Amino acid sequence: MSEYTESIREIAKRLLETCSVEMIIGFRKGTVPMMNEPHVIRNARDTGDLVWDSNCGINLANYLTDRKENIGILAKGCDSRNIVTHILENKIKREQLVIIGVPCKGMIDKRKITRMFNGEILEVLEDNGQILIRGNGFDTRLDKADVLQENCALCTHRNPVIYDELAAELVGEQEDIDRYEDVRKLEAMTTEEKWAYFDDLLKECIRCYACKNACPLCYCPTCFVDESKPQWVGKSQDAIDIRTFHFLRAFHCAGRCTDCGACQRACPVGINMRVFTKKLEKDCLDLFDWEAGMSLESRPPLDVYRPDDPDKFIK
Amino acid sequence: MEHMGIEPGRIQFSWISSAEATKFVDVVNKVTDAIKELGPNRSFVKPETKVA
Repeated sequence: MSEYTESIREIAKRLLETCSVEMIIGFRKGTVPMMNEPHVIRNARDTGDLVWDSNCGINLANYLTDRKENIGILAKGCDSRNIVTHILENKIKREQLVIIGVPCKGMIDKRKITRMFNGEILEVLEDNGQILIRGNGFDTRLDKADVLQENCALCTHRNPVIYDELAAELVGEQEDIDRYEDVRKLEAMTTEEKWAYFDDLLKECIRCYACKNACPLCYCPTCFVDESKPQWVGKSQDAIDIRTFHFLRAFHCAGRCTDCGACQRACPVGINMRVFTKKLEKDCLDLFDWEAGMSLESRPPLDVYRPDDPDKFIK
Repeated sequence: MEHMGIEPGRIQFSWISSAEATKFVDVVNKVTDAIKELGPNRSFVKPETKVA
């Protein structure tokens, strides 16, 4: 995907030079391998800073909340769905945006790759579906398909759903993907097994809130975890407090989460908190036939009433 | 909640109008019976802070 960089720079330059937008939100190279960082440019001469490769997993929709400028933004499939969600939730206006669609072939999982090697990885390059990894004492090629982030490997919406410009030809969508195998496995567990599973999942959590900060859905001025009047959830490292935080955060994302994986990517201890959001995503699909952020025309299931909404749980 | 490991039945939902006193009593009785059968909630409880 690194070949997109040139066309992204060209588009960004044109948009800035013609004053169609005041700023472009994209990525620049990070200071360490596999860690591209979000980058805002306001001047056409800086477009050379923009890059695109398989380390652009951060969801850029996160930087749109309540902006007043006209903005050009790069959008993968998941970013574009979160932009749609932002527009639906009145966090940005469609007219303010020039969306530069980036058909995505998946992002690589930096943790998986780091675990594969003993020693520091100094350089990671991309070449035609392969990932070249160089470090002290190793120089290897890996198939990109083997090191994709889990959410990317299961992705069925790689192409942006809305865009004004395209950085490359649309890519084929992955079909026949079983997105919810892991959720079904969990659903089949007994109550005790479920409890133990989540205890184990969250035992490393340090409550740094990187997941909620990376999440484009978590834009409340004051998060429920930070409120003290009333205090919804304890602020301690107690396992129950940690569980309550993750559980409530996931519920706030119900019907909105696009499984972009930003939370998991941001987590410093590598917790897969997507198991919470994915269950809700699956429920939304099963109960309301809903996938978040697919269209500007339909309202999310949690803000419309339909006479045939499932209500079996109400006694 | 059940997905996270809370026993099925511990959380119940009902829709009762302020005019439906009999339904209210009925639901409260049913819920308390069901919860008594489940016994006390042992998992999703935060221990009281110990003050020295």
